[in-house]
Amino acid sequence: MTPQLTVLAADTGGVNGVALAVLIALFLLVSVAGFMASRFKRGESLESLDEWGLGGRKFGTWITWFLLGGDLYTAYTFVAVPAAMFATGAVAGFFAVPYTIVLYPIIFIFMARLWSVSHRHGYVTTADFVRGRYDSRGLSLAVAVTGFVATMPYIALQLVGIQAVLEVAGVGGGDNIVAKDAPLFIAFAVLAAFTYSSGLRAPAVIAFVKDILIYLVIIVAVIYLPGQVGGWDNIFGAAQEKMTTVNEATGKPTGAFLPGVGQGWAYATLALGSAMALFMYPHSVTASLSSSSRNTIRRNAAILPAYSFVLGLLALLGWVAIAAGTQPIGLDGEPNAQLVIPQLFEDMFPAWFAGVAFAAIAIGALVPAAIMSIAAANTFSRNIYKEWIKPDATPKQEAKVSKLMSLLVKAFALVFVLTLDKQNAINFQLLGGIWILQTFPAVVFSLFTRWFHRWALLAGWAVSMVYGTVEAYQVINPVTGKHFGGSLAMVPGLDEMGYIAMTAFAINLFIAVVLSAILNAAKVANGSDETIPFDYFADADDPRVQKDLAEHSSHGEPYGDPDDIPGNAPAR
Amino acid sequence: MNPGNTPPPRPEQGPPPTDKTKMAIAAVLLVIPIVALLWVPSYARDEPELWGFPFFFWYQFLWVFICSALTWAAYKLTLSARGLTTHKAGEDR
Repeated sequence: MTPQLTVLAADTGGVNGVALAVLIALFLLVSVAGFMASRFKRGESLESLDEWGLGGRKFGTWITWFLLGGDLYTAYTFVAVPAAMFATGAVAGFFAVPYTIVLYPIIFIFMARLWSVSHRHGYVTTADFVRGRYDSRGLSLAVAVTGFVATMPYIALQLVGIQAVLEVAGVGGGDNIVAKDAPLFIAFAVLAAFTYSSGLRAPAVIAFVKDILIYLVIIVAVIYLPGQVGGWDNIFGAAQEKMTTVNEATGKPTGAFLPGVGQGWAYATLALGSAMALFMYPHSVTASLSSSSRNTIRRNAAILPAYSFVLGLLALLGWVAIAAGTQPIGLDGEPNAQLVIPQLFEDMFPAWFAGVAFAAIAIGALVPAAIMSIAAANTFSRNIYKEWIKPDATPKQEAKVSKLMSLLVKAFALVFVLTLDKQNAINFQLLGGIWILQTFPAVVFSLFTRWFHRWALLAGWAVSMVYGTVEAYQVINPVTGKHFGGSLAMVPGLDEMGYIAMTAFAINLFIAVVLSAILNAAKVANGSDETIPFDYFADADDPRVQKDLAEHSSHGEPYGDPDDIPGNAPAR
Repeated sequence: MNPGNTPPPRPEQGPPPTDKTKMAIAAVLLVIPIVALLWVPSYARDEPELWGFPFFFWYQFLWVFICSALTWAAYKLTLSARGLTTHKAGEDR
């Protein structure tokens, strides 16, 4: 950051009373609504609450689209992407647009098959599917552990988002180490309490309120703000000027206005790697499997890209902030790019609307974080605890383990935030992507073919996980000197910077192909396959699929089961 | 279900009858946006501008709609390629 930023630190200190009051009021309102609704649901009247379930089991395409869209706007969209645009420009930030466009053709290709086979066999996680396809507990464990671990940095990103809002609103501050990180600990405590008390009910119930809040803020922000800073010409001009200025710490330009020569590879691999990774996360799989039919996902794949347009405009808010001269100074007096969007809102909006915007960002981070931690915890209790530790666990024990694990996964997320470099929060999501992408061959390729050998897939996964982690560790932020400072590294043999996840994926694929060829030639047993070709095409009118759908929709939970722990449904 | 050495699948156990040509066209439609957006040097430039947006930005915004249309077309194609084995086209549930 440039030195003149610190001069204005005094301006942003102090509590913004009105905004903070509105934030707290809206937040309490939403939490209480969620809580009351979850109480109400335990009674007889399930009808209305079934309606609110995620994934729109009974909803038509358009309402599903509305609800799913609200879920796409997380701290990633509101905080991390604009912050990356603000700090280092288009390569680090705007790749999120092609990422969220190419995402949909990719899931179109394989998600319908995963839906069908999962409903024919009662799978609720990708690890379930891998186990059924290869009869391999080892490979299934690898997939489950990866899902659990990769979710942690993604939740960490949401914590950073909540922290950013609280910090700009003026919560916390001071010199000692506890007060300094107070907004972070408050964010963690709120998230933990929220998830622990309400499970998945609250996120599902408050979805409409939350989405309306988010859309309101987005519309106001992308329509009102650009005009306030002199229009798009001015915004792009200011961004170009900032990005070409030399950064004193590195001696290089601050960032990229457009991907320059040699940066196209980075931009493309970031987009493709993120897109392939997203639907491997436990929470995305849960949401997709909870849709009512095979084709709901495909229809939505055609209309969800509309959100990428708005995501692009939100990304450009990072550059609106450059034109507006926003100074994101943390309570410790240091510049922190993650604060840029909350700070922009505080500077440009009347205090009460800034409060509304803060609430939208905070709730928009809280709800996905709750869903992610629950999905990861369920993967743990189903595919690790029950499979390896205590096969005869009762549903009650499983539920308890799930709850504890959802706390643990958040605690680890907190550790990520405290130890890694949170100046570059988008990197958290990219780090998760490096890991989760390595389950792609075992899951997606296996949906189409059983040519790959289970040990080859396992070996490819193991090598690429180690490679990806080591490479990511070795990226050092030139400004702060911390490890895990970025997600780009030199691609071996190509002399270009690329997303580590894709390099690791290529290694993974290479090992899987070569070893599969060898193992298949040597006729090493490849496990037994409990699926048949038809399973990959079955739709909701299939009797077994209907049975599975009925089993999972006896109550309002998204793909839940009778003991209210989605993911704990008995395998058949 | 008899894992292991399964007998050759009976017709109702195999994939539904599929119009391969239509599926191939659908696959091409899905690959077009992926190739277009990953080919970054083809659009990483300033000119021509549109309403103050450099080409790089408005071109990607444009692809949001193109991709949406292509995916919808692919969806319709896969529906007709698999005939009655999937849900009737347009049925909303």
